[in-house]
Amino acid sequence: MNPDLRRERAAATFNPELITHLLDGSPEKTRRRREIENKILSDPDFQHENHNFLTRSERYEAAIKKSAVMVKKMREFGIADPDEIMWFKRLLLGNFVEPVGLNYSMFIPTLLNQGTTAQQEKWLHPSTGLQIIGTYAQTEMGHGTHLRGLETTATYDPKTQEFIINSPTVTSIKWWPGGLGKTSNHAIVLAQLITQGKCYGLHAFIVPIREIGTHKPLPGITVGDIGPKFGYEEMDNGYLKMDNYRIPRENMLMKYAQVKPDGTYVKPVSNKLTYGTMVFVRSFLVGAAAQSLSKACTIAIRYSAVRHQSEIKPGEPEPQVDFQTQQYKLFPILATAYAFQFVGSYMKDTYHRINESIGQGDLSELPELHALTAGLKAFTTWTANAGIEECRLACGGHGYSHCSGIPNIYVTFTPACTFEGENTVMMLQTARFLMKVYDQVQSGKLVHGLVSYLNDLPSQRIQPQQVAVWPTVVDINNPDSLTEIYKLRAARLIDIAAKSLQGEMSHRKSKEVAWNLTSVGLVRATDAHCHYVVVKLFADKLLKIQDKTIQAVLRNLFLLYSLYGISQKAGDFLQGNIMTGSQITQVNQRVLELLAVIRPNAVALVDAFDYKDITLGSVLGRYDGNVYENLFEWAKKSPLNKTEVHESYHKYLKPLQSKL
Amino acid sequence: MSSRAHRVSLGDSWSQRVHPDIESERRRQAFDVERLTNLLDRGARNTTLRREVESLFRSDPAFSLVNTYFMTQKEHFQAAAQKRFLLHKMAQRLNWPEDGLEIDYARRALSGDIILGVHTVATKAIISLGSEEQIAKWVPLCKTYQIIATYAQTEMGHGSYLQGLETEATYDAATQEFVIHSPTITATKWWPGDLGCLATHAIVMAQLICSGAKRGMHAFVVPIRSPQDHTPLPGITAGDIGPRMGLENADNGFLQLDHVRVPRENMLSRFAQVLPDGTYIRCGTAQSNYLPMVVTRVDILTSVVLPSLQKACVIATRYSVIRRQGRLRPSDPEAKILDYQTQQQKLLFPLAMSYAFHFQAVSLLEFFQHAYNAVQSNDTSLLPELHVLTTGSKAMMTDFCAYGVELCRRACGGHGYSKLSGLPSLATQVVASCTYEGENTVLYLQVARFLMKNYQQIWETEGAHSQRSLPQSVQYFTMVHHDKCPAQNASDFLLPEIYTTAWAHTAARLVEDSARHLQVLTQSGADQQDAWNQTSVSLVQAAKAHCYYVTVKSFQDAVKKLDSEPAIQLVLKRLCDLFALHGILADSGIFLYDGFLSGPQVDMVRTAYLDLLSLIRLLG
Repeated sequence: MNPDLRRERAAATFNPELITHLLDGSPEKTRRRREIENKILSDPDFQHENHNFLTRSERYEAAIKKSAVMVKKMREFGIADPDEIMWFKRLLLGNFVEPVGLNYSMFIPTLLNQGTTAQQEKWLHPSTGLQIIGTYAQTEMGHGTHLRGLETTATYDPKTQEFIINSPTVTSIKWWPGGLGKTSNHAIVLAQLITQGKCYGLHAFIVPIREIGTHKPLPGITVGDIGPKFGYEEMDNGYLKMDNYRIPRENMLMKYAQVKPDGTYVKPVSNKLTYGTMVFVRSFLVGAAAQSLSKACTIAIRYSAVRHQSEIKPGEPEPQVDFQTQQYKLFPILATAYAFQFVGSYMKDTYHRINESIGQGDLSELPELHALTAGLKAFTTWTANAGIEECRLACGGHGYSHCSGIPNIYVTFTPACTFEGENTVMMLQTARFLMKVYDQVQSGKLVHGLVSYLNDLPSQRIQPQQVAVWPTVVDINNPDSLTEIYKLRAARLIDIAAKSLQGEMSHRKSKEVAWNLTSVGLVRATDAHCHYVVVKLFADKLLKIQDKTIQAVLRNLFLLYSLYGISQKAGDFLQGNIMTGSQITQVNQRVLELLAVIRPNAVALVDAFDYKDITLGSVLGRYDGNVYENLFEWAKKSPLNKTEVHESYHKYLKPLQSKL
Repeated sequence: MSSRAHRVSLGDSWSQRVHPDIESERRRQAFDVERLTNLLDRGARNTTLRREVESLFRSDPAFSLVNTYFMTQKEHFQAAAQKRFLLHKMAQRLNWPEDGLEIDYARRALSGDIILGVHTVATKAIISLGSEEQIAKWVPLCKTYQIIATYAQTEMGHGSYLQGLETEATYDAATQEFVIHSPTITATKWWPGDLGCLATHAIVMAQLICSGAKRGMHAFVVPIRSPQDHTPLPGITAGDIGPRMGLENADNGFLQLDHVRVPRENMLSRFAQVLPDGTYIRCGTAQSNYLPMVVTRVDILTSVVLPSLQKACVIATRYSVIRRQGRLRPSDPEAKILDYQTQQQKLLFPLAMSYAFHFQAVSLLEFFQHAYNAVQSNDTSLLPELHVLTTGSKAMMTDFCAYGVELCRRACGGHGYSKLSGLPSLATQVVASCTYEGENTVLYLQVARFLMKNYQQIWETEGAHSQRSLPQSVQYFTMVHHDKCPAQNASDFLLPEIYTTAWAHTAARLVEDSARHLQVLTQSGADQQDAWNQTSVSLVQAAKAHCYYVTVKSFQDAVKKLDSEPAIQLVLKRLCDLFALHGILADSGIFLYDGFLSGPQVDMVRTAYLDLLSLIRLLG
């Protein structure tokens, strides 16, 4: 092991193993995860080809091969629990994606969520075993997050009891669905349902697109790959055009809405239920943000501990991580990664809890969950996106090379800002909920849950001009006090946004125009709300930690997360008279102190994430820190190095030289 | 226009023409686009020339960029090599002057999609560092591609911190040769462009050791591949460093030198010489050998960084007027996404940025030409300010352009992720510039060092003459102004004096705070280096505010000069306003902190800013 890293690990004040248990949920889960990981690592059937040196077509092939082996091995190892599947895939996929992924993450869940028992019986078994490979086709070339704009139609024909699925325009071609181009033989297609001459809005249909056996596109189906992207090179994101293509009536997912054989439409009991899959995926994305950010900062922090650049003092080459500017870049990201880890597991638990109530017919919590996941999805993916890029830049020039692994983490993660709901639209959805809550509070209703702080708004506590008393009680080392001031900031910005919305409405009459003219302010208010939620959930988590050493270590990360946020958004806190200038000075000073306090534990804190080198896919972030030798070995594998003299020399350089 | 106008059917006749949504935008422009183009090209004649050059490529299938995105890295590289070859033949056929605008326009038209970019950098390095005889010997060989040169500075273990480079050049008086050597694995030259497969020679930056003394970094011309069959010469190990985020054509390579001997004449000796007996003579300042870096930085800003942002703005803005999503009013057709306030907020700042940086680049180029000419006649007095101006501009422009391009990419929603949008390639091209040619944090700290030095000078020489001795870019330190911003209402914040003063005040205040902090630490016993490290976060903040001020100031000065073009002046003034105010809102804490702006004033800034968004949207 690299001596720098050995020293770092010896100097840590706590045992990272204990934090690993905390992140996994329990020591038992950590043990089981490692058992699965070790099975994979010792299995010769998993030959880990380095995707970085392959062409796109080769990468696709390698990914399909890997998926096929994965399905076989999971059966062999008896892995069926969702967490265990996730661990299994996390290790094997590293920073990449699998073309059959949508079958498991979208096709099957949608079938379970929206299919009748008969439909589940028919399609579930074959799709679990990959006889049917399904994808989920929603987005169209001209239409994304705004679902009502989708153009694909499904017209019911009672004579044959079939739906006629049609893509009427170029812009209506299904565009982007993962695994659609080459891999899938079925798609759940979202289309405007038309029966008895009337349009009933979007519904889901199971559409066979390729012939079982030959895998050729079926007549009436035009399907293919949409071409190269920023990342996702192994994924065949596809297009799908359907020309008056007929499917049986039973292929419409009919757990909620139904079309009777004669064409009569039966409305669903509640239209909220179809949100289910969306809410699930979005809350899952919060966890994904935490994972990607954790990986990136593991790489950047380990590398900074072995990289010696300039000298703080002549003759004493210090590792990069001793530089204040480097700490200031990386440690707040580390703290954010921890914050998002805890928010991610909170979201997962909440989803499961609420899902159970829904199963018992209680839908009361669904609107808040829906609103919360939208905003937090946007907040965490935006933050993580910027954080990953910052980690890459903190690795200097080598961060740009695929050897660092971070470019792959970035390009694989960044679509999360646009898919499953474009982030600005997501923020505005949460804003709509917040405005509704605001109105309820104004009309004297009491609200519950994470928005309950808005109950205080009508009282004088948060009126900007009255809060001169507040600054004296801010204790910048107290989690409750910090949560409180984030709460004040959110409340103030929500109040301002609501009032300017009302103001615009009184001037311009149309609600939509007023909404648009307030939208920048609404996004800002929602951002503050989400920031408060993250701070609050992190503070709550601290209270639940038994071990005092661990609690102390995480408390410092909590303080850094909250104080750094204040320092970055100092304007909001100053302008609202929530804090004074001299308190901001204290905050800035305390942030710098915390960097020094966290410094000895930095490597241990990323070790605690417990990523195997194969998952990180990084030469710079290796556990053993032996970066440079391996960097050279890695480069030697580059396809351009296969021959000593590259063919382009003979083809172009030689003639260029001899012409003259 | 009917609500279905944007729905495209295969075979629609107008899909062969300009999209009606774009056409309607063009019809309502408030100024003459052609004249603005001329202004950006710095003259109508340049615009004409540029278009002539571009038309040569548009009609020639050999230069087509159509299939670029579908190529493997290898194919991409080959295509880029072929284009360089054809371009060279074309330049000869048309008798283009060597350093003329034609070549620049040709590169622009090909989006830099040709090989041998660093060959040009290395040639310029020889011109700036070589003696007359050396220039006469090597430069013609470079220009006729008899040799292909790379500029090899960065090492595997060492980047922006030049003194840390390990490669050695030891003078052997017995044979009158330098022995160039990579003593460790971390000393391997790593990243230089055109090195992986192409270069025949390398300009190697190495620690000069002569007569037993270390003399710092110097440049040496080292042959690395055989002129006959292109195989590496004895003692040379060279190759490709493997795949990267982008820069497929850059041919980034590595180079290990195992006691490679080159004649004494191969040390570039304009500023320093080693005599046959090993005597070392310096004829310039220690900084002189870094001149090629300054040249390269200026070049990169104008030919790579800024155009990437401009192109991203063009793509994202055009797409935002033909993409329709959702409705602004229930009865309306789906709305153009550019009509959403949140989309304007995302896109108009990068647009303002691209104009701000254009004018900053123009003034930087002028100063550069002035200073460079002086250096070539051995007057190095302007070098420190030139150095700090390019350093600051490089850090700020690459930081912001990378951010701006990525903003544009994400503002195009899902399609921005497809390579066919053009945006991912622009993003990967521009983000590389944040770390190459000097890592930005290191550069901001260099700017900060300059600011501290000049700030302390004011204290030391307080008096009537202090202002005159200060370099131009920091004269605002001594500006007399109010402690509080005098603005009374939102429209006051559209007065350039108001926001420029706000930036000047805050930048100077942050510089002062950092200087005090440094002083307190040293007085309490910390040594210089520790004090510097413990202040570095606030030093970077001060340097960033300083750079922002410099950009606002140069944009404002450029707008002032446009009196003869009132319509263009107005639209550019709005962009300048937007640029300045966006920065204030993004970091309002530093303006509120000492009470220079009050809470209500920040609200006025916000009001003015939101109004600007819709005003600029209307101007098109």
